[in-house]
Amino acid sequence: MDMRLAPHAVAMSSAEFLSWSGGVMDQLMRYTGAKKAVDKLTAPIWSWAIRNATVPLHFGIACCALEMAAASGPRFDAERLGMIYRSSPRQCEVLLVNGWVTAKLRPDLRRLYEQMAEPRWVVAMGECAISGGPWYDSHNTVQGVDTFIPVDVYIPGCPPRPEAMIDGFMKLHKKINKEMKGTFLND
Amino acid sequence: MERIGLAPGGKTGDVLAQDIAQRFQQGVTVTKSTHNRLYAKVDKSVLVSLCTYMRDGLDFEHVTSVSGVDWLEEKKMQVVYHITSYANKVTAELVVDLPRDKPEVDSITFLWGGANWHERETWDMFGIVFVGHPKLVRLLNPDGTEVFPFRKDFVSGRRV
Amino acid sequence: MAEMWLNMGPQHPMTHGLWNLRVKVDGETMTEAEPVIGYLHRGWEKITENRKYPQIIPMADRLCYGASMSWSHLYCLTIEDLMEIEVPERAKWIRTIVLEAQRIGSHLMWLAALGTDLGSYTVFLYPVRERELFLDLMQNLCGARMTYNYPRIGGVRNDVPANFERDFTRVLNHFEKRLSDYEALCDQSTVFRMRMEDVGYLSPEKAKNLGVTGPNLRGSGVDYDVRRDDPYEMYDQVDWKVCVEKSCDAYARYRVKMDEMRESCNIIRQCIKKMKPGAIRVKPPRTAPKGKTGWAHVEDPRGEGFMYVIGNGDERPYRLKVRSPIFVTVSAAPEMLVGYKIADVPAIMGSVDMCLGETDR
Repeated sequence: MDMRLAPHAVAMSSAEFLSWSGGVMDQLMRYTGAKKAVDKLTAPIWSWAIRNATVPLHFGIACCALEMAAASGPRFDAERLGMIYRSSPRQCEVLLVNGWVTAKLRPDLRRLYEQMAEPRWVVAMGECAISGGPWYDSHNTVQGVDTFIPVDVYIPGCPPRPEAMIDGFMKLHKKINKEMKGTFLND
Repeated sequence: MERIGLAPGGKTGDVLAQDIAQRFQQGVTVTKSTHNRLYAKVDKSVLVSLCTYMRDGLDFEHVTSVSGVDWLEEKKMQVVYHITSYANKVTAELVVDLPRDKPEVDSITFLWGGANWHERETWDMFGIVFVGHPKLVRLLNPDGTEVFPFRKDFVSGRRV
Repeated sequence: MAEMWLNMGPQHPMTHGLWNLRVKVDGETMTEAEPVIGYLHRGWEKITENRKYPQIIPMADRLCYGASMSWSHLYCLTIEDLMEIEVPERAKWIRTIVLEAQRIGSHLMWLAALGTDLGSYTVFLYPVRERELFLDLMQNLCGARMTYNYPRIGGVRNDVPANFERDFTRVLNHFEKRLSDYEALCDQSTVFRMRMEDVGYLSPEKAKNLGVTGPNLRGSGVDYDVRRDDPYEMYDQVDWKVCVEKSCDAYARYRVKMDEMRESCNIIRQCIKKMKPGAIRVKPPRTAPKGKTGWAHVEDPRGEGFMYVIGNGDERPYRLKVRSPIFVTVSAAPEMLVGYKIADVPAIMGSVDMCLGETDR
């Protein structure tokens, strides 16, 4: 909003006045530093909400998927920590890659990653997703998911126990707490 | 030896081996037979007539496996068929040798639908053409792969 | 009518694994179906040509991870046929017990997946809970929950731990009561019966011709089980029956697997009683002559598993071929799917118990 036009405000039409004054609250808050203060106060709340609902994509590739399924069983119960699986990538926050990625799957996995909305994280579960695993000399596997998708947490194991998978998600919670991605701080 | 589950009227592997050896004097050499196994080397020209007889006359209802083997130094490829008879509880192993520069053999998919994907996979991996197969396209490798990965001259390479 | 090709996969809410089922739908009815696999193909058979014989055992575990002991055991049987090794008797008893426990675990995972596909979360939670008990038994035996690396060429890795019989008997007693509950949960549910009965019809002749084996074949009325008809390990010394159902639909395949779980408990109890002390392993040779072949087939929880090996003259195999039962059953899927509604796909493919790790290898 340009204050030099203020004396002419009475002569503006309604459309002109609306386009001139729109965003004035937002500019005021930024100018005075009020927005920054409010964001700093509320960022931990948003971060707490985001990390207690890290919704993974319902996508099981290989052996680690069975440990992922066991982790949502009654004994380990990952759902109390917010890991509820959703089928559509648009509704998910975490892409849990749990198995080896082949050349045929690679473009589809990249597309799934791009379909997820920000903020999003990627967790590589198991040796195959980290670096190709036992299939290091295969002609068809990709040696590690981080060759084409940025990974946030690596969970080693072949397969990692369900407790290890939950521990990996706890580390993701710590990372979300520290980085505060998706909390308007960088807006 | 009293075999569990031998159906009444079922024949042992030795009896079936004799039957086949008698019927197909040329083109089939029975190398070994026991009461429930039968091993034979088959010439590719005789394959379809042998398989037709096995299915219709000897009650071999089920194809367990069709597998390819690449013998690079001997300059040949082999297709190994394992066909099972539920009625006789016998499994037969048939080995067919093919020249490596032109590996072609007749398809047995029209006899047993179970051989369909096995033959398709063998083509996908080795390049052995099954003449008469309904759909010989890539199955396991991505579409557009130009090599036959299981051949011995394709080196996949260690990445570590 | 409006016809279109629909892609069900590779990312789909059905829980069987990574594949793509392309169906041509005319309204809601399926007129054609074409499974597309290969998303998990790692060239397993080629990788094994670069490994020594004992190194392939943990790789065989990862062929079908739902029943991993079944595959590493099949591999050991194949190499024992190649090298002509006789396994000691106690090892055979232990293998039989462990294979049947693996069969129960695999069927429980199937039941959990079937429940998820049909939308029932309860039928997912209960079998996963019982499966944890069996995984505990396996963990006491060999240290791992899922990919065991327990059979060895010539026997098994270690003898049974202390309290083996007590633990197994406790789990089986507890499990058999619970199994009746789960059967009642599904059988007395009208919705479950409506969704599973009269769908996915597969006639016995087509099943035999298309190479379908295992519970899918026995659900179509064909009385063939590799454990009885071509016995291996100690199955011919134990008194058990083969479960066959006649109605050829998805419900029959479900019933076969539930009955098989009961029979497995029966087999394990008899084996525990009949087990005798003795050696558990013999030392196998390191190499096999070039050109020598061996093969073995077993009754995997999903069907007839088969492996064929050719020796290379040194410590590595020349060729190792794997026949996976679900590879063939998936190729027979169009036969079971055409003519039904698209909402029947989870019920039909769920009753088939697919595992894509062994299909794609």
